[in-house]
Amino acid sequence: MPAMKKFFQSDGLSRLVDSLLPIFATLAALLLGAVMLFLLKVNPIEAYKALWDGAFGSTNAFAETLVKATPLLLVGLGICISFRGDVINIGGEGQMIIGAILATWVGLTFTGLPGWLVVTLSMIAGFLGGAIWGGIPGVLKAYFSVNEILSTVMMNAIAVQLMNFLLRGPMIDPSQAELSSKIPQTARLLEIFRLPRLAPTRLHLGALIAVALAVLVYILLWRTTLGYRIRAVGQNPHASRYAGIKVQRYIVLALLLSGAFSGLAGATQVFGVNYRMITDGSSSGFTGSAGFNGIVAALFGQLHPIMTIPASILFGALLVGANKMQRVVQVPSALVIALNGLVVVFVVSIEFLRRRRQRRRLAAAKQNDESPPSPEPLKQLETGT
Amino acid sequence: MISELFSVTVLIGILASGIRLATPYLYASIGETFGQRSGVLNLGVEGQMLLGAFAAFFVALTTGNLWFGVLAAMIVGALMGLLMAFVTVNLHAQQGISGIGFYLFGLGMSDLLFQKLMGTVETVKGFPPLKIPFLSNIPGVGEIFFNQNILVYGAYLLVPAAWFVLNKTTLGLKIRSVGENPDAADSLGVSVARVRYFTIILGGVLSGIAGASLSIALLNVFQQNMTSGLGFIAVALVYFGGWRPWGVLGGALLFSMVNSLQLWIQVLGIPIPSDIAVMMPYVLTILVLVATVSRVRAPTALTRPFERED
Repeated sequence: MPAMKKFFQSDGLSRLVDSLLPIFATLAALLLGAVMLFLLKVNPIEAYKALWDGAFGSTNAFAETLVKATPLLLVGLGICISFRGDVINIGGEGQMIIGAILATWVGLTFTGLPGWLVVTLSMIAGFLGGAIWGGIPGVLKAYFSVNEILSTVMMNAIAVQLMNFLLRGPMIDPSQAELSSKIPQTARLLEIFRLPRLAPTRLHLGALIAVALAVLVYILLWRTTLGYRIRAVGQNPHASRYAGIKVQRYIVLALLLSGAFSGLAGATQVFGVNYRMITDGSSSGFTGSAGFNGIVAALFGQLHPIMTIPASILFGALLVGANKMQRVVQVPSALVIALNGLVVVFVVSIEFLRRRRQRRRLAAAKQNDESPPSPEPLKQLETGT
Repeated sequence: MISELFSVTVLIGILASGIRLATPYLYASIGETFGQRSGVLNLGVEGQMLLGAFAAFFVALTTGNLWFGVLAAMIVGALMGLLMAFVTVNLHAQQGISGIGFYLFGLGMSDLLFQKLMGTVETVKGFPPLKIPFLSNIPGVGEIFFNQNILVYGAYLLVPAAWFVLNKTTLGLKIRSVGENPDAADSLGVSVARVRYFTIILGGVLSGIAGASLSIALLNVFQQNMTSGLGFIAVALVYFGGWRPWGVLGGALLFSMVNSLQLWIQVLGIPIPSDIAVMMPYVLTILVLVATVSRVRAPTALTRPFERED
């Protein structure tokens, strides 16, 4: 028996359990969701089956899941950077909007240039737009000690109004401007400016770009000086300052880069999915709340860019599946938003467990070190093997 | 048209609606002030407000009693606060992030319940204006301050009450000490956990009332995501007000007066694009944050979970 105990306390297994903790968190949230469904007098099994079918039931369903996962992953990558730098960026929504606006402007303005060039320039414009919208709160935090949570929230509200203003006025579709309906939307992008799709599905090149960028962000964070410094500042700004790192600069960079990825997410939504910008007056009307859900995905992926890929697919699946669930068992898809919230709460709560287990492991290791070296046979005797 | 803005009736209108619009911010921000002074950042205010707004509206609609609605909002807020307290105090969860979780939960849950229990947008007859005898007869001032509904008065009475509790009572001293130096407070026998539970639940209750003030006193409807960022602004106002109730009052008034001005600009048809006008309070808040924040120091233990050294 002690052998078994030893096995369950072994380092490898303990780490394995740690890495599975987010899965437990999701299962717990789904279980609570089942209780809610039960209270709403809906058969939870039927509802979750519809959700699964909606997300993975067919090639097209899975493609839709990936389409939905793409902005989550891009926003999530930015979140990995900023949260690693201990900067809480809640401005994903606004950064997506500004990125999309700039990209759309490029796409609608330079109609004489070749397609590949305009698409490339538009993606860069989206990246820059998000960088500006993330950089402003970064500067405010670094040099004016304005809390970034607040400034990014304010910047979201400002971005929404800017979008509404532009789509109703300067950027409105010329054909809509003549009509009395005046739907607040831009003109459609030329066909040659659209990101290629994997016909017949809506899966577009943006998904591939996002995955490639995930690898790039991993390299950035763990293989470059820039990434190292961002993480150092995040873990201990005081020590970093003593080590000669210009802390303020890296706070700005963390938010700026984080915003840039959200901006790119906005740009790919326009060039890969909708081919135009349209507003219903709210931010979620354009972003589908990806600016928030991307945070959820990144946290779920434990702020690791590569792990954020499956996490994004999971949450993309939940969002797509929710629509099917709504159709089949008449449960509003809002249930999934509530469940996402629970997943976040559970994941951060479980983080505590993980840290405690880590400390125990460390303590155990220390104890082993301190005990006098004993010959191997004796050790085996102790453990009873 | 610009000159209309300066007529006495319009000015009174702007000020009166500014006073009224500050109500939800005051409830939520004062609640958040208590939490932050004890070292806990609650970013879930928006979610608590949405659930409070729905609970108040639904209960008021079905029972016909507005006070039952307020009570329901308080209970829902308290429950959300209790959960938040457990997660942040006992499980040491990262406060900013778990707050976002609670926000998403409230956002989804209030929408879900709305669609399942009501389905369509309905209206309710909210709290009527309550004229204060004599005072409401003072020209101008009476219209601005003393012809509001009862939840508005409550919000303004809350400010001195919060100031008194925080600065003049033992409870307030405990709250502040837990927020500044939890280790010292703990060694003097103050239960950090109990104090934080109290402030987070109080914050939840007040956020619930803030939601109720929207759905059954100011707007008298419930819609999905009707707070649209109001709860986050309320958190910002706490920083803005330097963690002091009177400062919070100043911030809430400034924000809502600018908001009221922008609404009136639209009503009067002054040619400023409405989207740009709506943007103004947010831009202003950022600017004022830049100007003020560096002067006031945040509670030292803000966002830091407390763990006793063994």
